[in-house]
Amino acid sequence: MKHVVVIGGGVAGIETAAQLSKSGHWVTVVEKSNQLGGKLNDWHCLFPDFSLAKEQLDWLQSQKHQADLQVLLETKVTSVNRTNGRFAIETSGKDKLEADAVVVASGYELFDARRKEEYGYKIYERVITSADLEKRMNNGELLRTPEGAPNRVAFVHCVGSRDEKSGNHYCSKVCCITGVKQAIELKKLSPGTEIFCFYMDLRMYGKHFEELYRTAQEKYDIQFIRGRLSEAAEKIDKSVQIKAEDTLSGRPLKMNVDWLVLLVGMEAGTGTAQAASVCGSRCESSGFIATADEHRSTNLSSQEGIFVAGSCTGPMSVTDTILHARSAACEVNDYFQKLEKSWL
Amino acid sequence: METPSFALPFIIGLLFIISFLIVVTIIWIAGLSKIDKIRIWKNMPTRKTGEALAETFMESLLHRKIFRKNPVLGYMHTSLAFGWFLLIVVGHIETALHYRTLSFPIWKSIFFRYAEQTPPAGFESKFFAASMDFLLLIVLSGVMLAYYKRIHKSLFGMKRTTRLKVGDRISLTALWLIFPLRLAAESVSANLYHNGSFLTQSAGNLLASFVPVQQMEMPLWWAYSCALGVFFLTMPVSRYMHIPVEVLLIFLRKYGIRLKKNVNTYTRVQVFSCSRCGICLDSCQMNHANIRNTQSVYVLKQIRGRRLSDEQLFNCLLCGRCQNDCPVGLDLNNLRITQRIESTMEYNSQYDYLKSDCMPKPVSTEVIYFAGCMTHLTPAIIKSMRALFEMAGVSYWFMDEDKTACCGRPLMQAGQYQAAQKLVDHNREKIQASGAKTLVVSCPICYKVFNEDYSLPGIRVVHHSEYLLELMADKRLPIHKLPLRAVYHDPCELGRGSGIYHQPRLLLDEYANLIPVRNEKEKAWCCGGSLANIKIQMSERDQIRQKAMEEYLSYGPDVLVTACPLCKKTFAKDRNLPVHDLSEVVYMAIRQKSTGNTSEDPGKKEVNYEQIFFPRITS
Repeated sequence: MKHVVVIGGGVAGIETAAQLSKSGHWVTVVEKSNQLGGKLNDWHCLFPDFSLAKEQLDWLQSQKHQADLQVLLETKVTSVNRTNGRFAIETSGKDKLEADAVVVASGYELFDARRKEEYGYKIYERVITSADLEKRMNNGELLRTPEGAPNRVAFVHCVGSRDEKSGNHYCSKVCCITGVKQAIELKKLSPGTEIFCFYMDLRMYGKHFEELYRTAQEKYDIQFIRGRLSEAAEKIDKSVQIKAEDTLSGRPLKMNVDWLVLLVGMEAGTGTAQAASVCGSRCESSGFIATADEHRSTNLSSQEGIFVAGSCTGPMSVTDTILHARSAACEVNDYFQKLEKSWL
Repeated sequence: METPSFALPFIIGLLFIISFLIVVTIIWIAGLSKIDKIRIWKNMPTRKTGEALAETFMESLLHRKIFRKNPVLGYMHTSLAFGWFLLIVVGHIETALHYRTLSFPIWKSIFFRYAEQTPPAGFESKFFAASMDFLLLIVLSGVMLAYYKRIHKSLFGMKRTTRLKVGDRISLTALWLIFPLRLAAESVSANLYHNGSFLTQSAGNLLASFVPVQQMEMPLWWAYSCALGVFFLTMPVSRYMHIPVEVLLIFLRKYGIRLKKNVNTYTRVQVFSCSRCGICLDSCQMNHANIRNTQSVYVLKQIRGRRLSDEQLFNCLLCGRCQNDCPVGLDLNNLRITQRIESTMEYNSQYDYLKSDCMPKPVSTEVIYFAGCMTHLTPAIIKSMRALFEMAGVSYWFMDEDKTACCGRPLMQAGQYQAAQKLVDHNREKIQASGAKTLVVSCPICYKVFNEDYSLPGIRVVHHSEYLLELMADKRLPIHKLPLRAVYHDPCELGRGSGIYHQPRLLLDEYANLIPVRNEKEKAWCCGGSLANIKIQMSERDQIRQKAMEEYLSYGPDVLVTACPLCKKTFAKDRNLPVHDLSEVVYMAIRQKSTGNTSEDPGKKEVNYEQIFFPRITS
C-alpha cells in the first residue's frame, strides 16, 4: 500500500485525500490549524447559486471518514527529504512520516487590505473586506447605521489584485463574481439600500456568472461604475466619503456611503511559501507554485513525486479547486502505476 | 641662454590655455544676469573674497572633503594638486633667488635643472634642490596611487569609477606621464651636470650605469615638455577643466550667485567644475536597480557636451545623496531640475479651472493644517493629526480636507515650473486669505515648497514633526514611551531637502525606543518611491526599496517610522516590517497611555504591536 502525505486540509487537501483513499492508498492530511476546511469555514454562501458554504463543507468533511485516511491537526510540515525514491517528512508534531508521494495543497491567503491604506481599512469603522462581510453574514451581524439599514453601500473591486502598486499583477478571478453575489445578498436583506460597485473590468468567466451579473443590474438595481477609487475619508457621522472617476462618463465623482466593502484578492501567502520551500518547489514571481506545464501538467511541481492541488498554484474558485484536487489524485495514481511498471 | 627648442610645446600649451581661460571667464561672467554682475562687483572688496581664497586653498589644493570620504583617496588628490602647486611656487622662488630677479622667462623655472647647469653651491641652493626633489617625490607618490587606483578601487573607498571619454584619456595619459618624465629628464641632467639632489642625483647616477644618458637628455626634456603641452592643449576637452573652473565656481558661489530656473552661464561653470571623480556613483541608489548611466557625473558630462537625453535626465529620484557627497559641492539636484525645465517647456498646463475656486473666509484658528495629496492616501496620518490637535487643544482649519490644488512641488521636480507657479499662486492666495499665522504640513514634499517657493510673510511653515515636538515641549501633549524598537527613516525632502533631522528623532525618542542605523541623516536612503523620477519601472523602485529595507531589518526593529506619507506608502509594500508615520506613533502611544492597563489581560505587561496600532474598532 502506498502512502501519500497531503499538506493542507482545505478544500483541495480534503478532496485530494478522499479521492486517493478511494483508490486504495493510505493518506495522511497535515493541517496547521485546528480544523479542516480552510477558509471555507469563514464563508457564508457560494456564487453563483447561493448554496451555503456549510453544505459544501459538510459534504467534504463526510469524505474524511474513509478507511486509511488520517488527519493530523495543528501540525506543520518542517522538512521533506527524498531518500531512495521515498520521502521522509518531519512535522512540528511528534510524527515522522514516510511517504511515496506528497501533495501540496497549502492554499492562499487573503490580501491584507491595510496595505491599500487609502481605502481606510482598520482606520475607519465602516470599511470592511469581502471576507469580513461573509463572517458577518454567518454571525447574523447585518450592516447597520444608527438610523437602521444603510442608505448606501459601495463595493470596491480589485483590492490587491491587478495592482502594480500593491505588487500583485495577476487577477484573483473570484472577486468580481463575489462582489456581484454579495451585492445581491445585501439587496435581498435590505431592498432600500443603494448599492454601487466600482470596477476596472468585470470578468464573468464561469458558468452562470454573466447571468448573475445581469440579474444584479436588472432585478436588483445594483449600479456598476467603471472606475477605481482614489481615496476614502471618514465623515463625522462615520459614513465614508469616496472619490473616484467614472471613466465611462469621464467625470470625477464623489459620494458618501454608509459602508464600504473591499473585495480583497488572493495571495500565495506564507503557508504556500513555506510549503514550497520545504518541498523545494519553484514559485512564480507572484508567489504561487509553478506547475510543470500550463495545460497538461497543472498538478505537477518542479519536483518529481511532489504534486500540487488547488489555490496554491493560483487563484481558484471552490468549483475549480475540487476539479483540480481530483486531477491531482489522478496524477498521483498515474505516477504510482508508472513506478510499478518500471519495477516489472 | 637662448630658449631651448624643446620648451616650445610647453610654451604653446601654456599660452593657449591661459588665453582660453581668460576668454571663457569673460564669456561666462558676461552671460550672468545684471543683478549677478552687481553682486560680484559689490562683494569683491568684502571679506567674501578672503573666504573664497581660503576655500580654494582647502578644497582645490588640500581636498579636505575627499579626505573625509577616504584618507587614501584624499592623499592621492592632495599630493597631486598641492604637490604640483608647491613645485611651481617653490620652483619660482628658487629661480628668482638664483637670478636675484623677479623677471625671468617662465621656461627657466619649469626646466630649471636644464637651464642652470652648475652644481648647487651653498646652503640655499642645496636646500632648494632638496625641496624640489622632495616635492617631486610626493607628487610621484600620488601618480603611483592614481595608477594603482585603476586596478584596485576599493583601497580608495570606491566601488565604481567613471567611464572616460577620448579627451579624458589623452589628457589623463599626459598627466600621468608629466612627473615620471620630469624625474627622468632631471635625473639625466643631474648625472651630466651634478646639479641634482637626493632623488634626481641618485636616480641619474643609477640610470647612467646602464643607459647612454648623453643621448637621452634632449629626447627626455622634449618628452616632458610635450606632456605638459598636450595636457594644457587637451584641458578644455577633458575633465581637467575642473581645475581652473572650480576656482571660479568657488568665488562666484561665495559672491552669492545661484542657479536660476533657466540654463545660463553659471550652469556652465557648475558643469565644467565637475572633476568626474565618480564619488557620486557609489552613493547613487539607482545602482540597486542596475541603472548605471543616469548618475550625476554622466548627466553633467552630457550637459557639457550638449547631448543629454530625456531618459538620463528624468531617470533620477532627486534624493540628493550625490549632492551630499560631491567634493566640489555642486548643486546637482537643481542642475538637473534646470535641465528638466528646459526640456519640458512646451508642456506647461494652464490650470485655468483653478480660478473658479472661491477663496476661504478668514479663520480665527491657531493653525492651518495642510495634509497634502499623498497624506490623503495614508488616512491614518490625518486621523492621528486630527486626534492630536484635539488632545492638545489646538484649533485648526483643515485647508485641504475636501479638495485643494497640489502644492506644486512634484511639478517642479518634473521641470514644469510655470505650471507649478500657477498652483503656488493659487494656494498662496488661499493661505493668506485665511489669516492664520502657522501652517502645519504633513508631507515633506509640500513642506519644502511652502518654505522655499511660496513667499508667505508672517506665516510660519512647520512640518508636523516639528509642531508635535513643540506641543510636547509645551506639555500640551502627554508623554508615553511605547516598548517598541523603532528605526527612523529620513524622508529625502525633509532631511537632505530641508535639513530637518533632529526634531523627528527627539520626538520619536520620547514615544518609542529609537535605534540609530548606519545610513541615516545626511546619508539616509531614499525609499525609492520618489515622485521626481518619471522614467523608472515599478520593479526597479522595488529593488531600491528592498535594499534600504534590508539594512533596517538587520537592526531587528518592531516598527519602521517615517515622517512622509510617500515613504510610508512605499515601505508598506514590504511585508516584513510594519511602517508608520511619526504622528501615528505619538497618537497611538498617548492612546495606549489612556487606555493602557485596562486591557483584557491586566497581568500581561508586554505590549503587542498589533494591539497598539490596530485595536479592534468598535462601532
